[in-house]
Amino acid sequence: MIVANVFDLNTFFSELIRTYPFFFEAAWVTIRITVAAVVIGTVIGVFVALLKLANPVTRVVADIYITVIRGTPLIVQIFILFYGLTGVVQLSAFWAASFALAVHNSAYIAEIFRGAIQSIDKGQMEAGRSLGMTKGMTMKRIIMPQALRRAVPPLGNQFIIALKDSSLAAFVGIAELFRLTQGIAAATFNTLETYIIAAVYYLALVMILTWIVNMVERRLSVSDR
Amino acid sequence: MKEMIRVEKLNKSFGDLHVLKDVDLEVYENEVVCLIGASGSGKSTLLRCLNFLEIKNDGKVVFDGDQIELKTHNINEVRQQVGMVFQHFNLFPHKTVLENVTEAPMIVRKIDRAQAVKEGKELLDKVGLGDKYDVYPNKLSGGQKQRVAIARALAMKPKIMLFDEPTSALDPELVGEVLETMKQLAKEGMTMIVVTHEMGFAREVADRTVYMHDGQIVETGDSKELFENPKEKRTQEFLSKVL
Repeated sequence: MIVANVFDLNTFFSELIRTYPFFFEAAWVTIRITVAAVVIGTVIGVFVALLKLANPVTRVVADIYITVIRGTPLIVQIFILFYGLTGVVQLSAFWAASFALAVHNSAYIAEIFRGAIQSIDKGQMEAGRSLGMTKGMTMKRIIMPQALRRAVPPLGNQFIIALKDSSLAAFVGIAELFRLTQGIAAATFNTLETYIIAAVYYLALVMILTWIVNMVERRLSVSDR
Repeated sequence: MKEMIRVEKLNKSFGDLHVLKDVDLEVYENEVVCLIGASGSGKSTLLRCLNFLEIKNDGKVVFDGDQIELKTHNINEVRQQVGMVFQHFNLFPHKTVLENVTEAPMIVRKIDRAQAVKEGKELLDKVGLGDKYDVYPNKLSGGQKQRVAIARALAMKPKIMLFDEPTSALDPELVGEVLETMKQLAKEGMTMIVVTHEMGFAREVADRTVYMHDGQIVETGDSKELFENPKEKRTQEFLSKVL
């Protein structure tokens, strides 16, 4: 059988309309994986960033973590969590994928926060300390709020990458956007149209995320006005 | 006169660079002391050693009769009583002027917000910024920023105020308002140590002036006396260059 892989606009629109209930459901799965990954990844990332800045010993630990996590592919990490750890702990496909995505992103997020914290003028810490605030207080009340603000644009970038990388969760059988697309394409043979529909959904999600990041950035920059 | 702060045989090195060499200095309650000298003479380092922003290598720092050591003292409690004003203001840019002033009293002294706001507003009124409570620092001129920084330090009700070149980063026309605020503070009896290049201020306001050179105190004396009749040759040379 010969399949003419030429884009057909009518097929595209009819498929777009026919499949939207499935795609909406799958998009919701993609959103949930991404949100879980981004929240957990940020918590781990901040922790690793603080380890990296705390003292020489913890810095080595943080460096090893970052090197290993950043140096191995996300898909390998997902497979290790889903297939490899079965003897140790059973993770559902959803949590294996979300957690792998979280850990993967945490390495990059750690570097984002480290950079942001180090970019805050040394005088801020001195000012806090000179008023009798402890290092921890100054970190929490003075340094971190400013660092967070500086971290938002690169964080937003990283979150967009995480959203798109969530498509790798398809390979452990999660019915997110990419997995659904593969199924529909295989069933209908409308390969090109179906994958373009998938691209449209990803693009829409990324645009929504970008809008949210921009809004947060604006909210946090009140002191610049 | 009650002694407020005393250093004995203070030494500080940065790597191979010996910045403070056996420095002795005492400052009494209500006294204003100016530290003058060329850049790199160690005056800022000496000031920073007093509130342990720099940690001395050896020697004594005695504050209010108590010899302060990192091992035996909670340095945060000592710092609450030692106000510091920086050359580059170091205001908290993400907080309003009033929040800058109320932050430490609320967090460190643990007074309630209403009380902190009341005290903060009084201090800001005092430094002439009663109309700037809710403004963010980046909307202020350098002189206004430095006055906020002074109010912020005063909010901790310190026993002594340290000023590290408080006017060096200011445009010339803004220097006066900051010096005026400091003068007023001196009149109220605040104990102050001021590192400065403003010889006019030292001469007029300081009870004593200390001339430092190459990590050592060369000459200490009554300000008018030191400016008019410096005894040491190096002081004479320095003053002839800057006056």
